[in-house]
Amino acid sequence: MSELLKIEGLTVTPVAAPAKLLVNDVSFSLASGKTTCIVGESGSGKSLTALSIMGLLSKQLQRTQGRVIFQGQDLAALDNEQLRQIRGRKIGMIFQEPMTSLNPVLKVGYQIGESLAVHLGLKGQALHSRVAQLLEQVGIPPSRTNSYPDELSGGQRQRVMIAMSIACEPAMLIADEPTTALDVTVQAQILQLLDELRCRLDMGMLFITHDFGVVADIADDVVVMFRGQIVESGPVDQVLHNPQHPYTRALLACVPDTEGKKPLRPIDYSWLNEEEAPA
Amino acid sequence: MSDIILSARHLHKTYRQRSGRFGFGNTIIKALDDVSIDLRAGSTLAVVGESGSGKSTLARCLLQLQPLDSGEILFQGRDLAKMSAKALRHERRHLQMIFQDPFASLNPRMKVGEIVGEGLLIHRLGSLEQQRAKVVSMLKRVGLEESDMQKYPHEFSGGQRQRIGIARALVLEPKVVVCDEPVSALDVSIQAQILLLLKELQQEMSLSYIFISHDLRVVRHIADEVAVMHNGRLIEQGRVGEVYAAPREQYTQNLLKSIPGRKHAAVQHV
Repeated sequence: MSELLKIEGLTVTPVAAPAKLLVNDVSFSLASGKTTCIVGESGSGKSLTALSIMGLLSKQLQRTQGRVIFQGQDLAALDNEQLRQIRGRKIGMIFQEPMTSLNPVLKVGYQIGESLAVHLGLKGQALHSRVAQLLEQVGIPPSRTNSYPDELSGGQRQRVMIAMSIACEPAMLIADEPTTALDVTVQAQILQLLDELRCRLDMGMLFITHDFGVVADIADDVVVMFRGQIVESGPVDQVLHNPQHPYTRALLACVPDTEGKKPLRPIDYSWLNEEEAPA
Repeated sequence: MSDIILSARHLHKTYRQRSGRFGFGNTIIKALDDVSIDLRAGSTLAVVGESGSGKSTLARCLLQLQPLDSGEILFQGRDLAKMSAKALRHERRHLQMIFQDPFASLNPRMKVGEIVGEGLLIHRLGSLEQQRAKVVSMLKRVGLEESDMQKYPHEFSGGQRQRIGIARALVLEPKVVVCDEPVSALDVSIQAQILLLLKELQQEMSLSYIFISHDLRVVRHIADEVAVMHNGRLIEQGRVGEVYAAPREQYTQNLLKSIPGRKHAAVQHV
């Protein structure tokens, strides 16, 4: 099992307030062909962790510490130009909102082809047939290549996003809540598609979510974040069925089950110091 | 049987939507296609469906926030759809709504005390002192404080705002409350708190809920009965345990199969 990504001591703070640790000393690793889920509530730092791997933090934020070793190379030490060679080519990315992540005035075929042209220099018939092939892989009829994003449903748009992100057959895919805005049946289809692609392309997948159900379905390993820190990490069975940290236990107790057998519990912060507990 | 508090019969509602490039075409969309439901007093009826299924239209039509094309809505034996605006306004006290987005549904320029007290003022329920006392006790009941009356909505978190929305709806001591996706914008920890609060308040105030949701796990937890909508039609309804255990319709089966977490369905019982 080859190690694809190794994050060590990643720390992110606002530029204006370097004492405020939004991501605090985060370390974990991801192997090729495996899925790691980062799970947490809003504000836990799960999206910032993903963005800082790619060097996509906004200007108000900075990475103060840590190394991001991807295929033996420290991404944190690269400049923007070098990062651009890796983004889209070796690391694909999918975001939550398929409506806002696509350009509304460009045909989807063009948008999928863009990274192929930039990174692999494809053009003409070769580009055209690769785009058609990608659309087919994500379950959209290749005739849709001339459609605009507004002519597609939410699920189809997310499929287009996936086609864009895997166009160059990246070694790693970062998916930030890719199914949160979708209906439950569409979500199930998209999760299945991502899982198939992960197998076929032997990608490592870093999957950000707040939904423990999704975690249970797709994760090999789980990282649980709370207020910028990892409180627990490990194989999915262990974290879900034998959680060690009181926060993980409290959070799992809030998730309604489908049989309606489990009583819902309000979240328990008694393990925190009194001054740290939320109101 | 008179334990049915709200009964909708043969509701129809169509929208005309512009279609085609540049919107020159017209498409008729059947948002409600012969929908009938019964809500039992003191119980929770969940309406589930995917986006575009018509569940939010149903919520709005039930409270007559939107006119129907045809159909009748019987509340305590009288048809809301045929009432005059004035009579309807009077009935609204008993029919309240809790909205999905706690960021959009509270007037940012009003203080919390005004937001929660407005209904009492409009319906002229009690003296000003009595109204104030009611607002204070309602806020306390939903987990807020008296001092919060002087604050504005932006000073609160999402979960707290949803508590304000609940206080606003319940201070009038309504009989029927339509909850339109009340927890879908909230984190799972906050979601659990709000669901538990809604259940407690239902007991204390003998409320009947119509609970609109796309989240089948939440519905399993809160509802007594469930109605499944698809393309404007009500395709299946029944006791929640029975529908989940043995769905008759193919569509319901697919919906239930798509709930994430089935692989590890027995997520531990802490």
